[in-house]
Amino acid sequence: MNSLALLASQGEVASATGVTAYAWLLVGFPVLGAAVLLLGGRATNAWGHLLATALSWASFVLGFIMLLAMVGRGQEERAAHVGGWNFIPAGQFQLEAGLLIDQLSLAFVLLITFVGSLIHVYSIGYMEHDPNRRKFFAYLNLFVASMLLLVLADSYLLLFVGWEGVGLASYLLIGFWNHHPAYATAANKAFFVNRVGDVGMSIAIMFMFWKFGAVDFVSVNAGAAQAGSTAMTILGLLLLVGACAKSAQFPLQSWLGDAMAGPTPVSALIHAATMVTAGVYLVVRSHEIFNAAPNAQLAVAIVGAITLLYGAIVGCAKDDIKKALAASTMSQIGYMMLAAGLGPVGYAFAIFHLITHGFFKAGMFLGAGSVMHGMNDQVDMRRFGGLSGAMKITWITFGLGWLAILGVPPFSGFWSKDKIIEAAFIGDGWKPWVFGFIALIGAGITAFYMSRLFFLTFHGKKRWIDEREDPERAVHPHESPLTMTVPMIVLAVGSGLLGLILSWGGMFSHWLEPVVGGHGEEHPVLAVPVIMVLTLLLVAGGAGYAWMLYWRDSVPLTAPRGSLVTQAARADLYQDAINEGLFMRPGTHLTRALVFTDGSGVDGVVGSLAASIGGLSSRLRRLQTGYARSYALTMLTGVVAVLGALWVMN
Amino acid sequence: MTALSTAMPTAFQAVQIDYAALAPMLVIVGAALLGVLVEAFAPRGSRHMIQVALTLVALVASFVVLALVSVDHQTVTAGGSIVVDGPALFMQGTLLIFGILGVLTMSERFGGRSADAFTPMGAATPGSPAEANAERAGFATSEAFPLTLFAMFGMLMFVAANDLITMFVALEVLSLPLYVLTGLARRRRLLSQEGSLKYFLLGAFSSAFFLFGAALLYGYAGSTDLAVISRAITTANGDLEGLLLPGVVLTLIGLLFKVGAVPFHSWTPDAYQGAPTPVTGFMAAATKLAAFGAILRLAYVGLEASRIEWRLGVAAIAVLTMVVGAVVSVTQTDMKRLLAYSSIAHAGFVLVGVLAFDVTAVSGVMFYVLAYGLSTIAAFAIVFLVRSGGSEATHISQWAGLGRNHPVVAGVFSLMLLAFAGIPLTSGFTAKFAVFAPAVAHGGLAGIVMVVVGVLASGVTAFVYFRLIVLMYFTESTADDVVVALTPSIASTIAITVGALGTVVLGIVPGPILDLAGRVSQFIL
Repeated sequence: MNSLALLASQGEVASATGVTAYAWLLVGFPVLGAAVLLLGGRATNAWGHLLATALSWASFVLGFIMLLAMVGRGQEERAAHVGGWNFIPAGQFQLEAGLLIDQLSLAFVLLITFVGSLIHVYSIGYMEHDPNRRKFFAYLNLFVASMLLLVLADSYLLLFVGWEGVGLASYLLIGFWNHHPAYATAANKAFFVNRVGDVGMSIAIMFMFWKFGAVDFVSVNAGAAQAGSTAMTILGLLLLVGACAKSAQFPLQSWLGDAMAGPTPVSALIHAATMVTAGVYLVVRSHEIFNAAPNAQLAVAIVGAITLLYGAIVGCAKDDIKKALAASTMSQIGYMMLAAGLGPVGYAFAIFHLITHGFFKAGMFLGAGSVMHGMNDQVDMRRFGGLSGAMKITWITFGLGWLAILGVPPFSGFWSKDKIIEAAFIGDGWKPWVFGFIALIGAGITAFYMSRLFFLTFHGKKRWIDEREDPERAVHPHESPLTMTVPMIVLAVGSGLLGLILSWGGMFSHWLEPVVGGHGEEHPVLAVPVIMVLTLLLVAGGAGYAWMLYWRDSVPLTAPRGSLVTQAARADLYQDAINEGLFMRPGTHLTRALVFTDGSGVDGVVGSLAASIGGLSSRLRRLQTGYARSYALTMLTGVVAVLGALWVMN
Repeated sequence: MTALSTAMPTAFQAVQIDYAALAPMLVIVGAALLGVLVEAFAPRGSRHMIQVALTLVALVASFVVLALVSVDHQTVTAGGSIVVDGPALFMQGTLLIFGILGVLTMSERFGGRSADAFTPMGAATPGSPAEANAERAGFATSEAFPLTLFAMFGMLMFVAANDLITMFVALEVLSLPLYVLTGLARRRRLLSQEGSLKYFLLGAFSSAFFLFGAALLYGYAGSTDLAVISRAITTANGDLEGLLLPGVVLTLIGLLFKVGAVPFHSWTPDAYQGAPTPVTGFMAAATKLAAFGAILRLAYVGLEASRIEWRLGVAAIAVLTMVVGAVVSVTQTDMKRLLAYSSIAHAGFVLVGVLAFDVTAVSGVMFYVLAYGLSTIAAFAIVFLVRSGGSEATHISQWAGLGRNHPVVAGVFSLMLLAFAGIPLTSGFTAKFAVFAPAVAHGGLAGIVMVVVGVLASGVTAFVYFRLIVLMYFTESTADDVVVALTPSIASTIAITVGALGTVVLGIVPGPILDLAGRVSQFIL
């Protein structure tokens, strides 16, 4: 019995009863879908996408019923444990693969299945003409299943299984159109960068096993407080490496922009709403470890702060609508990381922002997909302009997302992001001032680049070619079909209202409190109204500046050379050059040296060993002459030799 | 000579015979005799079907009797010459399963009138008009099936023999039918007859060693009963010490011949290559198991007390067996000979377990021969399917590119090769672990040395097997001759499927069978 099951029997985490006991079905439905679609082959081409969508919704419905069941239980009995099978029996160490259904994991389940299912529906329209549609839906289901496993796992090891599963699905979907070499390269890049994180995660899990003799959350959390801050700092930093890679945080952020090579629904689901937030989930889930290691916690906050500025700066210079959104995602996750690094005051807000961001960013990605759909897959925003007339629904739904991310009251972002900014101002010493102002400035830049994106696309003069100018190259912007617009509308409603609903009376923070722990009433170093006014002023300033440049003034079709900062931002602040110079070149040289050693040294030894065995073999083979008489002689020799030897020895 | 006088009965006494304990053997020998009558009286056209059905029914019936009745009659019976105990029953059950699978593959006709593996007339000179006439007239050597049953009877008795005389009789009963079966291959008749004759000559030679050794042990202990010999060794006063060691070594060598231990292995490649392929599979699995059953009993029940004196000699044989088997398999070009050398190496691995002298080693050895037998029967059944111009494509180069044209056949064969190489998640890994672990734990320094050699030899054999897999999947076939895999009948398909499933199941969930082997690993003295 592993320690989690032990604690469960002692009553700390009760075994699940009722509908919650069927939690494996949450993962099971999409696994079934993926299996049927992948194994069923062409026979499932006609209806496979519908099955995948239905199964994704089934998971959502089940998750929703579980939510109702959980609300029905008392505050203390909400967390439940569902046993599985004995995953790894090894002597004293028994690891049962089980699921942990608590307030945190259920919040994720609902986000993943709801947004995921909407994106399934959207993809029915978006991927209608793709010859590999069945495979696409199979991978989507595989992703949903892995992501659910990631958030439901009751141990770090099972979490890692889901972690790798989402990585695989992400790899397959980024490279979905791998007949473009560049897209295949993008998939490989995501894969490689994530390996760095996986090494961190693996070592972290080994470290836990060494330190606690267990890898389940309950034992690790229970042991974290007593383990000493040095050990916990090491562990926290290792987990942070994993989180950075998965969530595209500095310095492992380089893959996210390229990952936009995948189909747009993928960008919305995996690279905006869910998978990339797994790092935040990891940090919040490991809160006991980080609480016990202030230095690791500070590192999380610093990573978040750097990334939120980094993403914001890069986002200002991108002309590719998806890459601009990707930079924005990076920056927003930076906010969540920053919040998670603030400790107990920030955990709930990190998750809160994660949920609202999941809605509005997914909505905006779907909007971008809808624009591309109507514009012959054009992604250059300098070729858009004035689309608000041609695509009314896309314009309004995108607009709601835009207002939400800007943090305009009363839209979602205002309730979640501004809370993070407030929380960043809490504390003593230099930290609140630095983190608070970075968060504040980030909000201003966010307002600028998101408004730039919105105005470039939907407002100003049209910059695309219409029928009159050039019938050959003309585009005909049009609204997308219902399967695409309905999910966008639903997400837009979420972008508008979700923040307000969930923060009513601090509902969401109270909901998560049993998992992440409570904290006393703390006051920011600046008064709350001051922070709010400053934020709104900066946001208004950023948006206004964008209005001047990209709505009022005319926008050139080719990007101007720009200042040095713009050039750097356009090149992602030279992240690839730095990675190449610092890691790839030395790595290549090291590899070459190793290959040389392997070729001349190791292979030489192995080769000559093999050759000598081969030589011995041909010599021994000659003893098999084929004559019965010589066989009999061999036997006799053997008998005499054995007898003689034993006689001498005795 | 007090031992001698007490062993001599003063007046004739009828011995007690527990027929329930012996029932599985009696069923087999009865069916074999019936098979002889069938051969004499049944019309030629229906003989094949009758023989196959009779043989299978007998084997299944024997297994059922064993599992339902004999398990409750574990005893020493027939005047102390037969012992039915846990190891005997486990190995008899395994032998019967091998028998069923072996007969299923031997019955393969590929749509012809008689078993495809056997010549229409064993006694005709190869290539003679008599042979051609027999072929035309539709003759068939369906006596192969009763012969198999006789061999099976000998093997069942071999693993239960409690004295040296019974052991010798069983040895001959199992060997003689196999000598004949080896010479019955339909194609490459000369090779088959040559293999048969060599097997017979060398077998007779080794039987002589066994008999001589048995006589010396009788001289030493005054009895051929294993328990009495054991007692004599512990209570000996040293007068006849000179007889013991030669006796032990010679009897053991007689048995080691049967498992193909080096340097008594020379017959193995020739006999394996010459014999009809399904017979080779049956022989490799069942003979090896029966011989290891007898070796275990002789070594653990009879000679265990003097093991310090002879253990190192057998350990040297084990090391030699592993090394020669592994190394010589590297340069083999014929599939059947390659598998023969592989079986020699495997015999060495099993010997490592035998020499651990611990009760866990008994279960490990039993598990090993079970796992190896299942894979081997299936592997030879597949070799039997791969043809070029009607005859078996046994040259390794003919297997190139098989994976492309016959993915299922090549896939299953690769699975068997992985098992032979001892790759985890196949039975081969679990089996090697089951014999090596007790050797390290209880075998002392010699045990550890043997395991190290065993692991290195496994590495060498793995090269051989992986090269075959590479050949099947990644090498273009040379277009000289067309190599095809025939579609097996339901019977062969069952045999191959059982072998493959056994290989996988024993690799992934070996627990139940290992437990069973562990529970029944205690010899009755």
